[in-house]
Amino acid sequence: MNAAPLVALVGNPNAGKSALFNALTGARQKVGNYPGVTVERKSGRLVLDDGRPVELVDLPGTYSLEPSSPDERVTRDFVTGRQAGERLPDAIVIVLDASNLDNHLRFALQLIALGLPVVIALNMFDLAERDGLKLDPQVLTRELGVPVVPTVAVRRRGLEDLKQQLSGILEHGAAIPLRASDGVPEDIVTLQRRARQLAQRATVSEAPTRRWGHALDSIALHPVFGVILLFAILFVMFQAVFTWATVPADAIDTGFLALEQWIKGLMPDSILRSLLTDGVIAGVGAVVVFLPQILILFAFILVLEASGYMVRAAFLMDRMMASVGLSGRAFIPLLSSFACAVPGIMSTRTIEDEKDRLTTILIAPLMTCSARLPVYTLVIGAFIPNRAVLPFVGLQGLVMFGLYVMGVVGAFFVALVLRNTVTKGASSGFMMEMPKYQLPNVRDVALGLLGRTEIFLRRAGTIIATTTIILWALLTFPQVPAGSKVSQVNYSIAGRIANTIEPVFRPIGFNRDIALALIPAMAAREIAVAAIGTVYAIDDPESDQGGKKMVENLRGRWSLPTALAFLMWFVFAPQCISTIAVTRRETNGWKWPAFMVGYLFALAYVSAGATCWAATALGL
Amino acid sequence: MNVHAPVDTSLSLAALPNGRQATVAGIEWDRLSIPEGRRLRELGFDEGVGVEVLHRASIGKGPIAVRIGRMIVALRRNVAATIHVSLAA
Repeated sequence: MNAAPLVALVGNPNAGKSALFNALTGARQKVGNYPGVTVERKSGRLVLDDGRPVELVDLPGTYSLEPSSPDERVTRDFVTGRQAGERLPDAIVIVLDASNLDNHLRFALQLIALGLPVVIALNMFDLAERDGLKLDPQVLTRELGVPVVPTVAVRRRGLEDLKQQLSGILEHGAAIPLRASDGVPEDIVTLQRRARQLAQRATVSEAPTRRWGHALDSIALHPVFGVILLFAILFVMFQAVFTWATVPADAIDTGFLALEQWIKGLMPDSILRSLLTDGVIAGVGAVVVFLPQILILFAFILVLEASGYMVRAAFLMDRMMASVGLSGRAFIPLLSSFACAVPGIMSTRTIEDEKDRLTTILIAPLMTCSARLPVYTLVIGAFIPNRAVLPFVGLQGLVMFGLYVMGVVGAFFVALVLRNTVTKGASSGFMMEMPKYQLPNVRDVALGLLGRTEIFLRRAGTIIATTTIILWALLTFPQVPAGSKVSQVNYSIAGRIANTIEPVFRPIGFNRDIALALIPAMAAREIAVAAIGTVYAIDDPESDQGGKKMVENLRGRWSLPTALAFLMWFVFAPQCISTIAVTRRETNGWKWPAFMVGYLFALAYVSAGATCWAATALGL
Repeated sequence: MNVHAPVDTSLSLAALPNGRQATVAGIEWDRLSIPEGRRLRELGFDEGVGVEVLHRASIGKGPIAVRIGRMIVALRRNVAATIHVSLAA
């Protein structure tokens, strides 16, 4: 039995709820799922001054208790005790943006009317003051009948006070209900008017300062300069992924090589040593090398989100998205899909229109996710010369950028086709609150990255390690008889399977090694790299002298058309079991994931083939 | 000042020039879908509320950024066209 009181953190989107959650719980966080829905359940442990632990749950931001999307439904069900598998919270912490009381107090009124013990965190109090807004929290305490604490989550101000008040209401049980004479207004408009009155009463003075955010928006939302800025940011992001990651990636590579040498020095040549060096280290190492790149990409996305820029990007992109029947809102899940399609697809649940959402889910795997980076980097590094096309613009980076563009163009094309066929329907709207610009908090970004690192390393340690070990076994057995001319790879079970299916891939320029790598890579794209690493570790004739670098092996064994076709295959192919699984969950059945896998493989096959033939015809 | 002007002859938010302060005179709720209408209410759109167009994403089409209270909201023009405003004196 869990004796710790359950406290829910609730508030409007953009109230700084997650920052407050991070500030209160630090690294003691747990991310899980609510049963039946893919909404993430973020909970953490908070210790009150008297040492009592409290379980704090960060609920999805919402505007009212009338849900219009699955995540908003979780919030409503949680605070009303109807969420399956959850008990009614012992108290609620309502997070309000101090400079947007007009709007946020309305939801607070609805929440207070539920009758649970409540504390209000009047968050971003410093930003309100900066905007020339002077508030009296006492007035709100008096009018609402609940404790109101000014906080600045990102600077960790007001947290002690908040904890003290929380401790108080947990002890005294029920909240003081709204004054009886006020009744409980039901509809949004009445609540909204009461919220505005309250906000006015709590406002001591208000200087109509032109916010600096306005000046920033004049550029960021400008029809011409805004678009240039957006593309410049995206370009810097992708160049950074390449250039900044080199040093840490080389360090990791060297570390794994040293580990391999160390084991080779420690153990006599045996099956077990081969399993460790050729299977586990070659496989996992080939993937972990890409951790720096993936983290840089995630850091950019986290910063863009936390700074408030992401919604501006959605604003700029809305018109373009509308031209293929989507809304600017879809831009955010799609940009997240550049890091990973799984959280991207999950974040489509903020899209209210069903068909709009379905279309976004179906095209999300076309965004170049971080798992493709290992594949692209390896092949580009091996086949594309590293020279500058323009100052600061390398050819390798340019090819990489081209692959990203291919994915985006493909996605737009597919969306257009889908919206006129299988997901035909009226275009949904675009209506979004634009958060204030904020300097992203280092701590919040760091916590986000820490979470990503954990997920990535766990994946490398489980799915990827298991798959590469299985592959190693399939490549190692049966052992080729001594003195035979047949290579170990061709003699093994995996090689025989690959040789059987190779004819399917031969027309598009793929060789046996690729056919072999594509099968385990169904689990995750980066396994393709691990698989090729393992194949060449086993198949390398010079492996006794320490082995060739993977890149040299590739150059010797693949033609340029093959390499380009391989890259093109990975732009489209749905080689990710997690994406297929999350699509099944989000669309409640196998119909749409089956459709997705089918159309993506067809696109991959055709475009890889076309690339190979075109490259061959051009004499590359 | 003509207080009793019928709603449909007033200026729509979509046509309001950037930077002009105005108040919402009326909203044609029946031209909006149910979720659109609800979201608009949740964002605080209501008669008598002060609004101002801050930015336009592009010339002609594309969404607009509207200040309502202390909040900035992005709207598509077809929605903004259902919101009628009167210019602040």
